[in-house]
Amino acid sequence: MTLFGRLTWSAIPFDQPIPLITSLVVALALVGVAIWITRIKAWPYLWHEYITSTDHKKIGIMYIVLGLVMLVRGFADAIMMRAQQSLAIGASQGYLPPEHYNQIFTAHGTIMIFFVAMPFVIGFMNFVVPLQLGVRDVAFPTMNNVSFWLTASGALLVNLSLFLGEFARTGWLGFPPLSERAFSPGVGVDYYLVALQISGVGTVLTGVNFVTTILKIRAPGMSYLRMPVFCWTSLASNLLIIAAFPVLTVTLALLMLDRYLGFHFFTNDGGGNSMLYMNLIWVWGHPEVYILILPAFGIYSEVVSTFSGKPLFGYRSMVFATLAICIISFMVWLHHFFTMGAGADVNAVFGIASMIIGIPTGVKIYNWLFTIYGGRVRFNVPMYYAIGFMLTFVIGGLTGILLAIPPVDFVVHNSLFLVAHFHQVIIGGVVFAVMAGYTYWFPKAFGFTLDERIGKWIFWCWFIGFHLAFMPLYVLGFWGATRRMQHISDPTWAPLLNVAFVGAAIIGLGIALTVVQLLYSIKTRERRRDITGDPWDGRTLEWLTLSPPPHYNFAVLPDVHGEEAYWTRKQTAIKEDRLIDEPNYQPIEMPLNTPVGVICAFFASVCGFALIWYIWWLAILGLIGAFAIFVWYAWRDEHEHVIPVEEVRANARERRRIRMEHLHTLSQST
Amino acid sequence: MRRFCIAAASLLVAGCNRGILDPVGPVGAAEKQILINSTAIMLAIIVPTMIATIAFAFWFRRGNSKATYRPDWEYSGAIEMVVWAIPALTVMLLGGIAWIGSHDLEPSKSLKSASPPLNVEVVSLDWKWLFIYPDQGIATVNQLVIPAGTPVSFHLTSATVWNAFWVPQMGSMIYTMPRMATRLNLQADRQGAFNGLSGHFSGDGFPGMQFQVQSLPADQFAMWAQAARGSDLKLDGAGYAQLSKPSSYVKPMTYGAVAPGLFDAIVADRAPPNTVPAPQHNKPVPGSKP
Repeated sequence: MTLFGRLTWSAIPFDQPIPLITSLVVALALVGVAIWITRIKAWPYLWHEYITSTDHKKIGIMYIVLGLVMLVRGFADAIMMRAQQSLAIGASQGYLPPEHYNQIFTAHGTIMIFFVAMPFVIGFMNFVVPLQLGVRDVAFPTMNNVSFWLTASGALLVNLSLFLGEFARTGWLGFPPLSERAFSPGVGVDYYLVALQISGVGTVLTGVNFVTTILKIRAPGMSYLRMPVFCWTSLASNLLIIAAFPVLTVTLALLMLDRYLGFHFFTNDGGGNSMLYMNLIWVWGHPEVYILILPAFGIYSEVVSTFSGKPLFGYRSMVFATLAICIISFMVWLHHFFTMGAGADVNAVFGIASMIIGIPTGVKIYNWLFTIYGGRVRFNVPMYYAIGFMLTFVIGGLTGILLAIPPVDFVVHNSLFLVAHFHQVIIGGVVFAVMAGYTYWFPKAFGFTLDERIGKWIFWCWFIGFHLAFMPLYVLGFWGATRRMQHISDPTWAPLLNVAFVGAAIIGLGIALTVVQLLYSIKTRERRRDITGDPWDGRTLEWLTLSPPPHYNFAVLPDVHGEEAYWTRKQTAIKEDRLIDEPNYQPIEMPLNTPVGVICAFFASVCGFALIWYIWWLAILGLIGAFAIFVWYAWRDEHEHVIPVEEVRANARERRRIRMEHLHTLSQST
Repeated sequence: MRRFCIAAASLLVAGCNRGILDPVGPVGAAEKQILINSTAIMLAIIVPTMIATIAFAFWFRRGNSKATYRPDWEYSGAIEMVVWAIPALTVMLLGGIAWIGSHDLEPSKSLKSASPPLNVEVVSLDWKWLFIYPDQGIATVNQLVIPAGTPVSFHLTSATVWNAFWVPQMGSMIYTMPRMATRLNLQADRQGAFNGLSGHFSGDGFPGMQFQVQSLPADQFAMWAQAARGSDLKLDGAGYAQLSKPSSYVKPMTYGAVAPGLFDAIVADRAPPNTVPAPQHNKPVPGSKP
């Protein structure tokens, strides 16, 4: 037992150029960014406006930035895998040995789900839900900040594994017994477990926060059946988080007990049962899919309705379908392992239950379709993604139902057919929604729109790139190609694998163009300012306030009449050519900034790092530190700061003046 | 252009006639049929939906003055009923297919056949496949020889981590799991050689876990089994200990004798018996025609 546990110089991959050079480049880039921030003296700004912020909008933006950064990392893994499978055919072993390739696909899956898709979805919920509900913040603003930083802490640990030690080589769900110490003695699985445990705490806290917010904190008149569909899908998603993530925490904790303390929950010996892990992880894993896709459905609902210039068709039907999906998604986990041999009755029941989810999902597609019907459709970038989604998602649904039929699953399970299926629903469903939401709400967050032309190029890169990258995988699955192959024996697979590589490269171009679009839009922001706060002729309350909204969102909480709170109000104003009477402004109490989140996450990272490397004294210190910061927080004296009524009034009057001008333009045009 | 079409068509035909789309036995054929039927049923729904998506979006574009804008149209009971009914009816139909298919093609169910099944015990090792023929007293590695037209009854387990036994052209795959035995029944009606592999990631040597299935006429299978018994390799305790050392891309091997009860010992995680029986050359071989 040494001072630094199993951490020695050999943890640094001096003999592996790819991770070594990557880590050095990333480290240099980080140092460069830090120097740049120091030179422009932006640290105080970042500290006060973002890092310690309890403002749901700022936290939402931080989540989305985290998602974008990790998307680049996850994509780098993806293109390396595609390159390896295009090169390592027949006699060639490619450029990645198995022990490296296996880390890459594990990291790709883990990062894309936990540190790309989740931050994106949670980021949008953070930014949008309080605005759409017409309130000033979430129920627990400080906890919100803690949630974000714990997620970031998990992401940090996963990336640290690139430079120190290794990541898991087990696949993104870490199935035992392969993930047990007997078969994976290194630090890789421990990085995986600890990172997910820390970020998982953050996610559960988010779930608690948003369920409370949506159930308890809404603008006056905002009854449940007047909430925008995005709020409904967020509610369903967060209910799933509360119910499912504790299962993940417990499952991973049991595996940690096996690995750290020699328990036998899932081991081959001592009475362990690895089938139990398979069941438990999918009890979380299947709802997780819906945690991601339900808010995506919400985004499409907002986008389709706004750009068709119509209310959402069949609103109540949509709400019902959302809740049906929320509940049924807990009853289908076994369809991930029909090939375990559970028996015909069990397989058939779970197969049919899985198909039943297709009913409310199908209804949603038709409701979007009939929202477009009779509309006046504007083809802005978000609408491109919505229509692209509707076209590609039905194919993903088809292949999903095929996988839900046990006898079909018996021949395509775990094959590239499955890989193609879940990428079709995650890219075509979640990622398209993320890109739509990013374009749609960007002006609300920053006060100027993103460039439309580059936005459409990005869409085509994703749309074409996705289909080139994954349609061949369906065919390869039929040919008997299984997933996670570091080497391909059959040379006749080469053409299709090469097409898939080209597709991935086109997606890469789309990601690069996203950066270009952002920089170009910032450069030309003056001519793309969103003066009115309502750039898309929106229908929900986030478009009522200015872009970007003041810290407190609304000077006075809006009074909600009818299903489409802002649209109704806007139409009345246009008809009467006047705004509502000026309300009586009050001083507003807002939560104070807090360093609790970032300090807690710092100690959590230290504790996690120490656990991974068996540095027990440091783990204990980290744990004490993380706990101490909450004790310190609990004894705080000041909770809130007050925004004086003069400031509120001045801002509100300025907003009313802008609104009035905008209203005149609208009235004249109709 | 024409040459391109012909090339594309031939590629399509070649593409559609491989792997699970070119089944060699009743299980694979039935599964392929369900795959095609279900796809056809769903295509009948989703193709019109996709066309409608494009048509509606195009027709109701803002610039089209001929389209009627109905800014307040947000509900129609009749349409709601139809849009709930379409997926519900589809799922009822497919649910029926799934129920019947799950029962007909349950992997543990014996296949109907006039000839008795050949028993094969399958063990996944790091990283190769061991096939034990308990009735013949022989074993092979990374090569599964079976009589064509005869059902094969598999008992499967793993000596290390999970894998999935998968011969795409024969049909169903099934997990091999340590300390547990799963069942699978397959049959190849056609003679020939088919690829087999592991369908569940199992570690660094995983891509090398490929094996060949040789489907021979029954009499040739009997001859092969007879000849196999002449192999000098013996799968006793020591032989098994040697075999279970991690290795990948292992060339096919044949063992002339196997310690009895080896499969059960692996399932129970007991040390395998260290003796092998003396060769018995007159024992009838199940699956061979008298």
